[in-house]
Amino acid sequence: MKDKYIVSPAPHLHDRTSIPMVMWNVVIALVPALIAAVWFWGFRSLLLTLIGAFAAVLTEAAVQRFRKIPVSVADGSAFLTGMLLSFNIHAGAPMWLPAVGAVFAIIVGKQVFGGLGNNPVNPALLGRAFLLASWPTLMTNGWVAAKRGAISGMNDLSLIADSLSTIAPKAHALVTSATPLKVAQTLRDSTWVNSLTSSPDLNHEISQNIFTNLFDPGTLKSLFVGNIGGCIGEVSVFALLLGALYLLWKNIIDWRIPLSYIGTVFVLSFFFGPIKGSSYSIMLPFFHIFSGGLMLGAFFMATDYTTTPITKSGRLIFGIGCGLLTIVIRLVGGYPEGVSYSILFMNVMTPLIDRFTMPRTFGEVKK
Amino acid sequence: MSFISELTKGIIKENPIFVIVLGMCPTLATSTSVDNALGMGMAATFVLVCSNIMISLIKNITPDKIRIPIYVVVIAAFVSIVDMSMAAYVPALHKSLGIFIPLIVVNCIILGRAEAFAGKNNMLNSMADGIGMGLGFTLSLTVVASIREILGNGTWLKIHVLPSTYEPMLVAILAPGAFITLGFLMAGMNLLKGRK
Repeated sequence: MKDKYIVSPAPHLHDRTSIPMVMWNVVIALVPALIAAVWFWGFRSLLLTLIGAFAAVLTEAAVQRFRKIPVSVADGSAFLTGMLLSFNIHAGAPMWLPAVGAVFAIIVGKQVFGGLGNNPVNPALLGRAFLLASWPTLMTNGWVAAKRGAISGMNDLSLIADSLSTIAPKAHALVTSATPLKVAQTLRDSTWVNSLTSSPDLNHEISQNIFTNLFDPGTLKSLFVGNIGGCIGEVSVFALLLGALYLLWKNIIDWRIPLSYIGTVFVLSFFFGPIKGSSYSIMLPFFHIFSGGLMLGAFFMATDYTTTPITKSGRLIFGIGCGLLTIVIRLVGGYPEGVSYSILFMNVMTPLIDRFTMPRTFGEVKK
Repeated sequence: MSFISELTKGIIKENPIFVIVLGMCPTLATSTSVDNALGMGMAATFVLVCSNIMISLIKNITPDKIRIPIYVVVIAAFVSIVDMSMAAYVPALHKSLGIFIPLIVVNCIILGRAEAFAGKNNMLNSMADGIGMGLGFTLSLTVVASIREILGNGTWLKIHVLPSTYEPMLVAILAPGAFITLGFLMAGMNLLKGRK
């Protein structure tokens, strides 16, 4: 009887949450997006995802063996990192690309800082930044058209696209070969618009026409379902939201970061999104929150425990900062999409945010 | 310390880049290719040896309060010699190293050795120190540059060493590649030292 009386230090209330449970639940939440990717691009996207995930697991095991510490790959964190990294690659990429990215993400992004819980930035995003800096052409060229739709998602544009191919071949090439955000970015480039045809009025009309088509209901529907060109994991907003709802229901992620992130992008894109000459439209913000990696980033990457603030107000600041940077990169930056860099940047800001938003302990006098 | 140990300490034991961590700016900037690294290393070595000799010779007549300006003037004189000679005889290398040749004037390895060694030791030892540190700098720079050039360009001294199917890892010759390479080499050096 005496042995049953256990004296232990606080805390005495225990939660069943554990690292493996969190990590594998996030993996489960990503499965709908993976199914959508296979549906739209075929089994190549599944293969790329698995290569990334297993490369990450093998690397983590090898490094932990080298460091002579317990091998902890069963907790799923490396698998998740590899999976998220592959989700940032488009389905037409070579097979070695996710593997190299995963090796870099695990070694430089995670293990050199001491492994799980010590990484300053999200390893998967660091891996993506590394791939984008190393092989920009492989990462951004050769978007694969979804099996069941036009590449830039503008199905309704096919009517005017045919006429464009004779009047303005460059405009036709753009709308049929790039991701929606790339189209939106190119339309902001006045030299590109001016070089379309010899008539400035016609150029203006064409760019206006394409821009309006970006956020008409048909395109928005394609964006929501995933009938567009893009990276493996970011394509279907619907599938990502399913996974996100599962995580919110399981109480694994906090709503503050995704909400403030997506909300900021929504508000800012309404005011600053229109190109020269076009009017404000409530549909345009939907284009901005549905396209690119925003959903994937906001729900699955900006909610990483290690690299985001602990405090509630800090999380709101984090999300707003991410949204602000994303919009700045999308609307005035050199890249069409800015989700990954904005999250990486705010990851680095996290210790500062935590310090500024640290709550006062009970009874502490303000200095 | 004997002449020989002054000569060899700069290569491993007091390696200016990996151990003392001086001269990071030229290391990061000129290690994009092996020929740049060799050129930079040799230019810096020449200045280092000459300035160490000169400073150790004038150390007794150098007023303590203005010794740094005097060191800089001595170093700048040799840098001008290197700058002009390189412009005359190896214009291509001179062009690709660009601003980093005149910047040898403020290279902290050279100033550091002048302050820490040549200003206190005799001429012969200062020369040995300059040669050793210069060789250490050149060697480390070449190692960093080799890794970066092979990974980032698939070549070594402009000779293709990797199969043509290799897709160059561009980040290696960009600034982040320099930091990452340097970090891993430093960690490796510390690991080897710790195991001894």
